[in-house]
Amino acid sequence: MMDLLWLVPALPFLGALVLILFGTRISRTMVAVIGVGSVGLAALITILVGTTFISSSESSFNLLLWSWIDVAGFSPSFALHLDPLSLIFIFVITFVGFLIHVYSTAFMAGDEGFSRFFAYLNLFVCSMLFLVLADNLLLLYLGWEGVGLCSFLLIGFWYEDKNNGDAARKAFIVTRVGDTAMAIGLFMLFDAFGTLAIPEILAQAPQVWTVGSQTAVIIALLLLGGAVGKSAQLPLQTWLPDAMAGPSPVSALIHAATMVTAGVYLIARMHVMFELAPLAQQCVAIIGAVTLLLAGFSALTQYDLKRVLAYSTISQIGYMFLALGVGAWSAAVFHFMIHAFFKALLFLGAGAVILLLHHEHDMFKMGGLRKKLPAVYWTFLIGAASLAAIPFITAGFYSKDNILWLTFASEKGNVWFFLAALFGAFITSAYTFRMVFVTFFGEAKSTVTHRAGNLMTVPLVVLAILSLVGGFIELPHTIGHLELLSDLLSPVLPSVILRPGIASAEWAIQSISIILSLSGVYLAYYFYLKKPALPGKIKSSFAGIHHIWFTGWGFDVLYQTIFIRPFVWLSTMYKGDPVDKCYTGIVLLTDFMHRVFAKTQGGILRWYIMGLVIGAIFILTLGLLL
Amino acid sequence: MDDVPIESGLVLASILFILGMIGVLTRRNIIFMLISVEIMLNAAGLAFIVAGAKWAQADGQVMFIFILTMAAAEVSVGLALILQIYHQLKTLDSDAASKMNG
Repeated sequence: MMDLLWLVPALPFLGALVLILFGTRISRTMVAVIGVGSVGLAALITILVGTTFISSSESSFNLLLWSWIDVAGFSPSFALHLDPLSLIFIFVITFVGFLIHVYSTAFMAGDEGFSRFFAYLNLFVCSMLFLVLADNLLLLYLGWEGVGLCSFLLIGFWYEDKNNGDAARKAFIVTRVGDTAMAIGLFMLFDAFGTLAIPEILAQAPQVWTVGSQTAVIIALLLLGGAVGKSAQLPLQTWLPDAMAGPSPVSALIHAATMVTAGVYLIARMHVMFELAPLAQQCVAIIGAVTLLLAGFSALTQYDLKRVLAYSTISQIGYMFLALGVGAWSAAVFHFMIHAFFKALLFLGAGAVILLLHHEHDMFKMGGLRKKLPAVYWTFLIGAASLAAIPFITAGFYSKDNILWLTFASEKGNVWFFLAALFGAFITSAYTFRMVFVTFFGEAKSTVTHRAGNLMTVPLVVLAILSLVGGFIELPHTIGHLELLSDLLSPVLPSVILRPGIASAEWAIQSISIILSLSGVYLAYYFYLKKPALPGKIKSSFAGIHHIWFTGWGFDVLYQTIFIRPFVWLSTMYKGDPVDKCYTGIVLLTDFMHRVFAKTQGGILRWYIMGLVIGAIFILTLGLLL
Repeated sequence: MDDVPIESGLVLASILFILGMIGVLTRRNIIFMLISVEIMLNAAGLAFIVAGAKWAQADGQVMFIFILTMAAAEVSVGLALILQIYHQLKTLDSDAASKMNG
């Protein structure tokens, strides 16, 4: 049964291939069947393989497909590696991916590029599956670049608008910065071990390096660079808000649920390297903490529904990085899974609203949609509650609470990380419910002619259910104490080491986080429902801060000044080919000399003789003088 | 026979050489140019003879015979060329033979 694993990435690949080759010639229904069916089948096989794998009690399963390259001892295989970590990822990718595909059939129904869309989407799912199933880092890198390519293609899907193309290029180039760092890290790993196979590297690394060894730190930092680029963390986070130019299902699948968490996967997968490099791990935590705060503040000021969600995604991945940084590996994976559910739900919900309001993105022009779109409202509300970590009933509460507690209690955590995470939780619930109240409550400012169809509603409902019950697989010590996910992950990821004598503080931490998330909701309620005039006043009195937050802390302006302007200046300078001028000069000089000397060869014999005589006199004089 | 001082012999050779050279440079008629070249050759020959007499060596006279032989060969080739040029161009003006820029 486990041998069927190869079908999981192969089916979406096949789907993409068929759609690319014949997509324009077959009917739309057929395109939808192939596009959705391939991912759906992959999801079914994943569940099949997953249940077999879990019941087999093996810790990992390796499926060698073929030897990829074999040159001078460098022989990366084309092999899939299934262990609990990759199992969780492929489950989320195929299952959430399938739901998003179903939703897309309705969302993209009227679009000209219907088959192109599904071809890209299938190709993305295939690349992402290779990324997480890769047995060696080279195959992982193939998937890594594959998802980058698909992200580029899908952000710029509506390429007629120049802004979309610009956003796609921005995403591609900014992530490429991180990818370059990662590639260098892979070269260094190969240099140290002579192989890129992940299990071998993880097994050998502790024998080769001691904790804190310089090479290990450098490699870990380079890998972190790749993760930061892909996961839109500080300082490479600027591409994600612009990536919202793509269709909403793309934002849900790529820029919320799966691709942007590839960095989390990479760090979790290479956790041995980060444990050998405490400095790098600390960097992970610091980046996570700072990012989650900065992105949270930015989310508070956005008016584009999708940009709020984009900043929120950056912020939530910041939480995952923070968890990775304090050594709470399984907590990060847990939050990844729950985040995939509720953020995909929120994006799909937002997409439905935007579509039904004829591509209106500004949520201050929406309002009062609660009655008109009840299905979207309720599911969106559940997603928002999960994001805001409303206690006990939502999955987000359990996953985020886990991170908050471990940030405080872990050996590698400290009170600053904890405070950042806590304050971040407060901001999160504030901006989440600001979004809900502004969009769905208050006066109606727009007309809705029709409601979302079943193809859109069903995925929303399924994701909403998952956003509610998904958290019950991992309950904290104070409530129930269930550790299904951590137990599943225990062969791959070490469990977190707590500071001694701290376990009793857990309920206190939980109470604080509950109070803060609820007060965040109240804050949003007070400002946007009770006193709707207040936000405008505050905004005008703190215009400077508002502008900084709104523009994402001015990172775009910063990069514009220090990278883009000088580069554009340089390229405009070079437009006139200054170096080429030297060579043109040489050509002109040679040509001139040629003309002069050609004059002397006129065919008049006496001139030649004159030349001879002058030459002879010159040489004789020279001989006499010297 | 009185010894002719070497200086006067060399001065005569130089004068002849320069006269020949001026002839080559100023004349346009190819036959005159050929004659001028002969004068220059003989000037060189004279210089050799004088030098040979000065050091009482036979080399100077040997050299002169070489030059004489070469001059004969040169004249025969030169005259043949002149005939051909006249045949082709109907003139003996050396500037007329500039067609090939050679």
